[in-house]
Amino acid sequence: MLGISKTFPGVRALEKVDLKLNAGEVHALLGENGAGKSTLIKIMTGALHADEGEMRLDGRPIVVNTTAETQALGISTVYQEVNLIPTLTVTKNLTLERQLRRFGLISWRGARQVARQRLKRLNLDIDVERPLGSYSVAIQQLVAIARALEENTRVLVLDEPTASLDANETELLFHIVRDLKAHGIAIVFITHFIDQVYQIADRISVLRNGRLVGEALTAELPRLKLISLMLGRELAHVETRPTTHAAVATGEPELAAEGLGRRRTMEPFDLSLRAGEVVGLAGLLGSGRTETAKLLFGAIRPDSGHLKFEGRPVAHNSPGHALHAGIAFCPEDRKAEGLFSELSVRENIILGLQTKRGWLHRLPHDEQRRLAEEMIKALDIATPDADKPVGQLSGGNQQKVVLARALGSQPKVLLLDEPTRGIDVGAHAEVVTLIRRLCEQGLALLVASSELDELVAVSDRLAVLRDRRKVAEMAGDDITRENIIHTIAGT
Amino acid sequence: MTTEESTVQPTAGGETRNLAVRLRTIAGHRAVWPLLALAVLLIADGFVAPGFFTIRIQEGRLFGTLIDILYRAVPPALLALGMSVVIGTKGIDLSVGSVIAVVGATIAWRIHEGDPHLVILIIAIAVGLLCGAWNGFLVAVLDIQPIIATLILMVSGRGIGLMINLIYGGTNPSFESPLLQGLSVGHISLIPTRLILFAAIFLVLWLLIRRTALGLFLESVGGNAAAANHAGINTRLIKYSAYLISGFCAGWAGVILTADTHTSDPVSVALFSELDAILAVVIGGGSLAGGRIYLGMTLIGALIIQTLTTSILMSGLPPEYNLLVKAVVVLFVLLLQSNNFRNAVVSLVRRTSR
Repeated sequence: MLGISKTFPGVRALEKVDLKLNAGEVHALLGENGAGKSTLIKIMTGALHADEGEMRLDGRPIVVNTTAETQALGISTVYQEVNLIPTLTVTKNLTLERQLRRFGLISWRGARQVARQRLKRLNLDIDVERPLGSYSVAIQQLVAIARALEENTRVLVLDEPTASLDANETELLFHIVRDLKAHGIAIVFITHFIDQVYQIADRISVLRNGRLVGEALTAELPRLKLISLMLGRELAHVETRPTTHAAVATGEPELAAEGLGRRRTMEPFDLSLRAGEVVGLAGLLGSGRTETAKLLFGAIRPDSGHLKFEGRPVAHNSPGHALHAGIAFCPEDRKAEGLFSELSVRENIILGLQTKRGWLHRLPHDEQRRLAEEMIKALDIATPDADKPVGQLSGGNQQKVVLARALGSQPKVLLLDEPTRGIDVGAHAEVVTLIRRLCEQGLALLVASSELDELVAVSDRLAVLRDRRKVAEMAGDDITRENIIHTIAGT
Repeated sequence: MTTEESTVQPTAGGETRNLAVRLRTIAGHRAVWPLLALAVLLIADGFVAPGFFTIRIQEGRLFGTLIDILYRAVPPALLALGMSVVIGTKGIDLSVGSVIAVVGATIAWRIHEGDPHLVILIIAIAVGLLCGAWNGFLVAVLDIQPIIATLILMVSGRGIGLMINLIYGGTNPSFESPLLQGLSVGHISLIPTRLILFAAIFLVLWLLIRRTALGLFLESVGGNAAAANHAGINTRLIKYSAYLISGFCAGWAGVILTADTHTSDPVSVALFSELDAILAVVIGGGSLAGGRIYLGMTLIGALIIQTLTTSILMSGLPPEYNLLVKAVVVLFVLLLQSNNFRNAVVSLVRRTSR
């Protein structure tokens, strides 16, 4: 793939990306969320069309319009969300697209044979008549690969195949990947697990914000370099750390977690948030940032440890309790967890304060207006009026509305999960400035983010997470990109 | 002069533009199409049936077809109001017709046992609330899908009614109750009591939904339950309350219908009324996807359905046609509300006129 570009409305998803796949090589495609991996794969498989650039197979330019055409050319994909039907048998899943027919009826005997043949290529011997759902996720994943593999398959794309596999299952999968590789198939391996990249990949390409930021043989790319490539640096606006950071707050913590954790979600951790202080939360995707914030908010129920709010132990096991205590939370996935797109901007904003007041003490309409107007002005939310449905606003403004709701509930502790996710550069800087301003006003803040520069810019203290575990805490001038990257890499 | 002209002209242009904008705002307002449909139905009735709009005083009370429509619309409108609240939370309550059966059977039984009639009224409403509480328990606490959860009571409710009848061996027991029948078929000065009763319940509901924050909470839970949870709303309690409200409304509808027929007839009372209630909500612009509650519009939806039923009866069409005609008119109202359909019609008209 050469010079592939793709623009979505408002976003440049890919900017002249090259990707060269060699036969018999496992090529890891890495990058944080929104880096452009999925877009690139979708273009490669014909699900999307590139605005610029061309694709070549064996040196000849190819033009593909549908996924069926790419499959015919020998490019197959196994998506992250296994797109198989668990209630159907393995046979039916494997022959869903083209059924063998005899006299116009489906020949199930023929289908079973085809199914067994397909599995045999992966050295997999299972009962093809059992429902797929009765097998482990690993087997399901292999069946998905079996379905994607055709006789003529030249390129196989595996999108996060190991996301829900344990170590043994991953090893089984890798065994098969190595086997396929030996058969001369080029494999694209997308993952967030750095360890696995070094186990299996021969070559690595790193995407960031739609650009190819690096391509190298695995052996020539040390971990540290890889992680700094992935997390990158937005050269345009490196924020200098404000001098106020020196005066780290020393008061009693507003909110303190002691051994707080939940099995399979987050290892027990200690963390304290003080008034007038921003605590950053760094870590790669899946390292437990969101889980940490949700545990503090009560949106995930802890099964160990406890929380102290203003020195007193609290057992808030629901967001409602947390909100009443004075803790507010802005979720990362604002469409799914933050916004009421049918409701107006005003209703979205006042909901936080209204919830705190309870249903019997409805905010009078005038007061609702005032609060909404105040927030629209303070956060510079671009909306023609407060009664517009919030679903019609742009992403950055929606984010600000969610933030406005949290602020409207007059919290003492504010937990922000990816406050700048999916918003443009201008709004990005505004949000960062806003976070510092709120901190100066005496709020205790937690900022979980995948943007290192953002964290370095806002944090007074910073906790680093790796593999759902808090591995380090740093403060003041120790918070640097290099330090964070070293800690995440574990070197 | 020139300065005057230059100031006048833009305002004139602005006025026409304002008018156009205002027209478009009106056309886009959700109330327009249902109201228009109701108006068309009434006007058509006026042509078909002479004296349709006549209201006269007879035996000290108001008489006339319009009054009759309002009178008959009370029980289905009550169900529809409760339904609109439930649908606003992205739920549905299929059990309302069966709740009426249970309430009716309870009333007949307690009258047979000789309870004071005011106590019976309270018991009847309590039974409605209890049914709502059961549905709320299944939906909000056990997290069963609303359509299945309320199907349970829909199926079993009429059976429960029959069993209550069996307690004292009453088969289609008939009864007299000055209090209950006064609420249902009586009148205060000129106005039927049930209209006053309905107005009172509507007002209570409206205050509850629009003058407390409950409405906003219900709508936010229906719009995005996960976000409501993160905003600190107790989503279970809110969902629970919606089914309680629906049960409350069905309880009152049960009192009115049972007193009207003087008997408990669990098998056939208010048959299919849950479907009319859902239809009324949808005609009133409510979406089964949840997130919005329109009490006033639901009332108009219920009126459209009742006007239609009455019109068909009056028109002298063989009763076999009733359901079909009703379906066609309802389909038409829904088409009017569909943006896709309206746009398709507009573009078709434009293409043919060109």
